[in-house]
Amino acid sequence: MTLITQVIFVVVMAIPTYLIVKRIRQIRGNILRGKPLDRSDQPAARWKSMLLVAFGQQKMFKKPIPAFLHLLIYVGFLVINLEVMEFMIDGLLGTHRTFAPYLGSFYNVAMNFFEFLALGVLISCVTFLIRRNVIKVPRFTKPEMKGWPAMDGNLILIIEIALMMAIFKMNAADQVLQARGVEGYHDTGRLLISSSLIPIFNLFGTGLLVFTERAAWWFHIVGIMAFALYVTYSKHLHIFLAFPNTYYSNLNAKGKIQNMDAVTNEVKSMLGLPVEAAPANPEEIGRFGAKDAPDLSWKSLMESYTCTECGRCTAECPANLTGKTLSPRKIMMDTRDRIEEIGQGKGEGKSLLGDYITKEEINACTSCNACTEACPINIDPLAIILEMKRYVAMEESGSPASWNAMFANIETNFAPWKFAPSDRFKWAEELNNEKK
Amino acid sequence: MSETTIKAPTVAELQSKGESPEILFWVGCAGSFDDRYKRVTIAFTKILNHLGVNFAVLGPEESCTGDPARRAGNEFLFQMQAMSNIQLLDMYQVKKIVTACPHCFNTLKNEYPDLGGNYEVIHHTTFLQEMLNNGRLKIAGGDYKGQKITYHDSCYLGRANGVYEAPRELLKSLDADLVEMKRCKTKGLCCGAGGGQMFKDAEKGNKEINIARTEEALDTGAKVIAAACPFCMTMMSDGVKNKEKEQDVKVKDIAELIQESMG
Ligand code: SF4
Ligand code: SF4
Repeated sequence: MTLITQVIFVVVMAIPTYLIVKRIRQIRGNILRGKPLDRSDQPAARWKSMLLVAFGQQKMFKKPIPAFLHLLIYVGFLVINLEVMEFMIDGLLGTHRTFAPYLGSFYNVAMNFFEFLALGVLISCVTFLIRRNVIKVPRFTKPEMKGWPAMDGNLILIIEIALMMAIFKMNAADQVLQARGVEGYHDTGRLLISSSLIPIFNLFGTGLLVFTERAAWWFHIVGIMAFALYVTYSKHLHIFLAFPNTYYSNLNAKGKIQNMDAVTNEVKSMLGLPVEAAPANPEEIGRFGAKDAPDLSWKSLMESYTCTECGRCTAECPANLTGKTLSPRKIMMDTRDRIEEIGQGKGEGKSLLGDYITKEEINACTSCNACTEACPINIDPLAIILEMKRYVAMEESGSPASWNAMFANIETNFAPWKFAPSDRFKWAEELNNEKK
Repeated sequence: MSETTIKAPTVAELQSKGESPEILFWVGCAGSFDDRYKRVTIAFTKILNHLGVNFAVLGPEESCTGDPARRAGNEFLFQMQAMSNIQLLDMYQVKKIVTACPHCFNTLKNEYPDLGGNYEVIHHTTFLQEMLNNGRLKIAGGDYKGQKITYHDSCYLGRANGVYEAPRELLKSLDADLVEMKRCKTKGLCCGAGGGQMFKDAEKGNKEINIARTEEALDTGAKVIAAACPFCMTMMSDGVKNKEKEQDVKVKDIAELIQESMG
């Protein structure tokens, strides 16, 4: 390589790096538009949840086949990054296979291992493409998956396939060049998978081979950078966000609903109970519950960026299973779309509730936690649904009429049904009625 | 137990005698007012009497925990209910609560502490399991021996609080043939009543959730669908009626099954 290619390399790497950093800032800013929520307690339990759920893929294994294929891609992704390191050094220094002379025969072992992983990734991606487009696994064909989300899922698989093929092409061409004794090509030893392509490359002239090898090299490294940038705009952001997302998991019992402290203070003063000392700078109360994305906690917003749109939540949701419009996955996707829109300064006059998510959807939720249980990365769609129910009930008094009646019953009869409180203990009269 | 009278003393009664109960039996709104679920309350009271447990109920002083209000979004109403309940419970110095309703159980156990109410709360299935394990509760077997029974997991007992085994152990103690539905335990399908759904019509769809769940229960061929929650009880009973199977298939609370089989 000449100095020119080194300079080109630096420029080609710098542009996506700049764009990625900018995009990360943007996402972080959007997440921080959310309401505060303290998730800093119990660090040991949090690390454990991250290690098991994100790193260890624990919850994926509820479905063994996709879990295994996903694991191949995941491990491939992690390990092939080592090879990318060599790419980077070669690109910067203008060398070729920097590590080869240092690693000796181990280089061959490492390269074969990478090829093996690349093949695993390739096979998994092809299988996933078939599952999505030919077998049409039901959870990938729900209404919210039409258009861009389906495209996004396919694109990423195709990009990964292309990137893996580039590795094989590059290695095959390289091996032919080594065999022809062309200068500058280190002996890599026989690379088991790519060597199957050698008969094709043997037909190429040396010049064309050098070109092919370089083209594959550039395609791979530029492709990886483009991929990394693309990921920040895609559901595939989960490859990074799954880690913080599981670290900040909800560690309470699933049935527990987060208390609204602002309400506690009001209720206490209504009941004439001592109110806890008000904080020095009382933050403005804002609205009760959530009408728009920034009314949600930062964690809910982070989750919206973390969601992989896998639909495992929706596939377990009793409301969705019986044909209601509610889909917990759609709740996550809408939240993300809305906070993105707000981040771009667009969509004024719109709101998450109403323009994206309807009351019909949130009212159908049974708070059963099937979605939170099913999510492989501990996302909590129910938290968003609940905040919107709170807004509707407390700010709009817009709950369904029968719920308002239930509220009235609790208020006046201390039971959700219209029974006289004095009848509450009537059952005791029947205690000794039966003979048995 | 035919000669002895069954009692359900109130905490107030005991207090007037200078006594206090070891355990408060929190009956819940369904257990107090719903005709079908009152029979579960009665069955459990009989068990408590039979075991000689030192318990009491709040009776007319009990009030809704606020669970349906909170889950429907009315946080104000929930907290009003919760705080007055906490005042009452603290006044009576309640330490330990047992309840047959998973919604009351979840709220009292997980949500009241944030508002200052700290009690040891257990569900009646866990309570009965403990009694079984320590030998106080003896099951005579009998009616349900070898019978196919399926258990419908309540979301608020199972996923919400991780109680999966207690109800199953109790059913096994009946020597029954416990058959699981396609969806069970962590993957259990909701009966459709939680989150305040009990108190309004379902949104438009192609099926009612309780019908879908009843179909799964009937698919097991079980003659008894065991439930451990008043809402599930109603939803599953309605489902069985809808399928016109009420002659062949019974929906029963675990407390009822145990009470019938007690030695
Ligand atoms: S909690 Fe609500 S959204 Fe989640 S699975 Fe249950 S019904 Fe669906
Ligand atoms: S919330 Fe979780 S389960 Fe649902 S689509 Fe997103 S990643 Fe999948």
